[in-house]
Amino acid sequence: MGLLGLVLVNLGRNKRRTILTTASVMVGVFLFCTLGGVLDTLQESIKAGSMSRLVTRNKISLIFPLPIAYRDRIAAIPGVKRVGISNWFGGQDPKDPRNFFAQFAVDDEYFAVYRPDVEIVEASAPQVQTGVPEGTDPKLAAFFQEQTACVVGRKLMEKNHWTLGQTISLSGTIYPGDWNYTIRAVYRAKNKSFGEETMLFRFKYLDERGMQGSSQVGIYVLELSDPDRAPEVAKTVDAMFLNSSAATLTESEQAFQAGFVSMYGNVPFVLRVIGLAIVFAILLVAANTMMTAFRERTAEIGVLKTLGFQDGTVFGLVLAEAAIITLGGGAAGALLAKFVIEGTGFNFGGFMPPMTVYWGTVLTGTGIAFLMGAASGLLPAWRAAHLRIVDALRRVD
Amino acid sequence: MAIPISYNLRNIQQRPVATLTTAVGVGLTVSIFIGALALAAGFRAALVSTGSPDNAIVLRKGADSEISSGVTRDAVNIIRSHPGVAIGPDGRPLATADVVVVVNKPRLGFKGSSNVTVRGVDPSSVSVRANVSVLPGGRAFTPGTDEVMVGRRVASRFAGCAVGDKVVLQDRSFTVVGHFTTGGSAFESEIWGDAAVLGPAVGREGVFQTATFRMKDPARFDALKAELERDPRLQIQLKREHDFYAEQSELFVGLITGIGVFITLIMAIGAVFGAANTMYATIGSRTREIATLLVLGFRPGSILLSFLIESVFICLLGGVIGCLLALPINGIATSTTNFQSFSEVGFAFAVTPEALMSGMVFSLLLGLVGGFFPARRAAKQVPARALRGE
Repeated sequence: MGLLGLVLVNLGRNKRRTILTTASVMVGVFLFCTLGGVLDTLQESIKAGSMSRLVTRNKISLIFPLPIAYRDRIAAIPGVKRVGISNWFGGQDPKDPRNFFAQFAVDDEYFAVYRPDVEIVEASAPQVQTGVPEGTDPKLAAFFQEQTACVVGRKLMEKNHWTLGQTISLSGTIYPGDWNYTIRAVYRAKNKSFGEETMLFRFKYLDERGMQGSSQVGIYVLELSDPDRAPEVAKTVDAMFLNSSAATLTESEQAFQAGFVSMYGNVPFVLRVIGLAIVFAILLVAANTMMTAFRERTAEIGVLKTLGFQDGTVFGLVLAEAAIITLGGGAAGALLAKFVIEGTGFNFGGFMPPMTVYWGTVLTGTGIAFLMGAASGLLPAWRAAHLRIVDALRRVD
Repeated sequence: MAIPISYNLRNIQQRPVATLTTAVGVGLTVSIFIGALALAAGFRAALVSTGSPDNAIVLRKGADSEISSGVTRDAVNIIRSHPGVAIGPDGRPLATADVVVVVNKPRLGFKGSSNVTVRGVDPSSVSVRANVSVLPGGRAFTPGTDEVMVGRRVASRFAGCAVGDKVVLQDRSFTVVGHFTTGGSAFESEIWGDAAVLGPAVGREGVFQTATFRMKDPARFDALKAELERDPRLQIQLKREHDFYAEQSELFVGLITGIGVFITLIMAIGAVFGAANTMYATIGSRTREIATLLVLGFRPGSILLSFLIESVFICLLGGVIGCLLALPINGIATSTTNFQSFSEVGFAFAVTPEALMSGMVFSLLLGLVGGFFPARRAAKQVPARALRGE
């Protein structure tokens, strides 16, 4: 029988203990990787933004609008290909205010800017055959013909059991009143981070009904003809409006997204602290088990040594037992986190892209568990190696 | 007959290392549980203490936060002259109409930026909000000027908020003349100035976000609410200030509690396994002893109870360790963005007696669950076999 066989037999001797320990390591690493996943998801939501698109907002903060007149001036800057408009609407589901989802009022150009990221998977047939604005998906024809039309993300459709052509209503929190919309198209996000729980409707509808035609713009999204010129274009835009009634701040879409992540403040730090506590707890459980196992087998170790097993071999045997338990539990927990968490598609109520657990996090979790195993096995292994045969065999339980 | 508890205590003394590692494992779980409760309680306390039960807040119908609300000057004037509004010693109504906006500012000492609420208040009615006091080294803003005062928690977290610094709004800059505190409430996470100057500076002339007034008779709130909300000239909703701020904390408190419960439950599973392991080992090494007890005539029920007590005792010890580990976080300041107000709120962890109590109850449950199966096994063994050494 090889040495590995001996280790395995030892593990199988007290099955309940092996299973309980493996399970607690598994649970711990699962949790560690889940928390790591939250951090990964924050990272992912930063990546949601493209480096080659720019976002222009009011310099003071997002809640201040920009004049519509800026659109043409920005569009005329060399290097800017298209300029889209997007306004946060902040409507509530009148039946269930807790059923949160994001709504944006967007102009026609917006669909051209974001065409690479979204695919229209379902759309109503247009009343009359007409063209669509340049650069937009022809499937959106019906949407562009109707003032109150909206486009809805696939997941949001499923969640609310909506159907194409259905009228939905929202109560405005920023723009008072009840707002009705007809679903004219459904989109799928080609880029996972774009999110599929958003509703987009026409800026014109919001402008005429909610702002009495004052056309206040939330943000401008700039598509560039040459992404390399992004920093230069951003500077030009901000310089242009520096002394206007509303100064602007232009940054890459990625930096804009990172701004939201920055708002979470200390949350990532708190998660790291919790992760550390969990790791320490796993260490304790594993160490406890290994000590118990060692204590119960003191006499046996004496016999092994009598048979001629070297100190080093005995040391390795005990350490290997610990490592197998923690590595097995760790790998299982980490993989469970990856597949279960990603499988649920949990997305913090639409505030973030669906949960992601990076392979790096899975590896870290497994690696940490393995190291914990080694650490927890060190003391018993060292004791076993240095045990004198006489003491081991003399011991009475 | 019950087995004396001293038996369990001696058992525990026999294996101090195993007992302690298990207890610390349970302790870590309990401390995270208490930590999550303390985070939620601290945030809630900051927001709830912001509102006074004697005050009522006026928001536009349908608005769910201050920044999405808007109340016209005409509506404010109608409300100010309403007989339900308390009158101050100077004979003026105790009411303030606020301009509330959010400003993006760079953090102090960290990368990134976050949003801060800037509130223009009616300087003649600061007394509507109790406990506003300016910290030494500064003073309150002078009404009618480009001066602001900065909440204590803003000053410690954001750059450019020291006395003498400038806060830029649109094309005007405001000088910080002092820092203020409001007894830990969310107002400390705001920048205050004169509404009459701030409003025009941010393009809000003739419109306020909210109005807050002291009620002459808080008990008549419901009648007042019905009357004002019915008035077709106003188009407003009236809330008790206290309730309004409690509502503003709901989303975050719900989220933190949810995450806390999730983490704790999963960690609890691990801790229960750990406790069970320890108890199985204890019982395994005492097989003969237990058999002897059975032979002596102790009932299996007493054995079960005895080991359950031992397990509960170890876990309660863990609970105490958890409470001790969690106590130092009490009072630690932290901050997060409240997405309901779209701005950052600074607050302190609050380890409440209820949280500590919950932690102890939680550790008790861990002991019961983790100890039950090993204890039952001990109680069910057959003495003859155990004594023969089988």
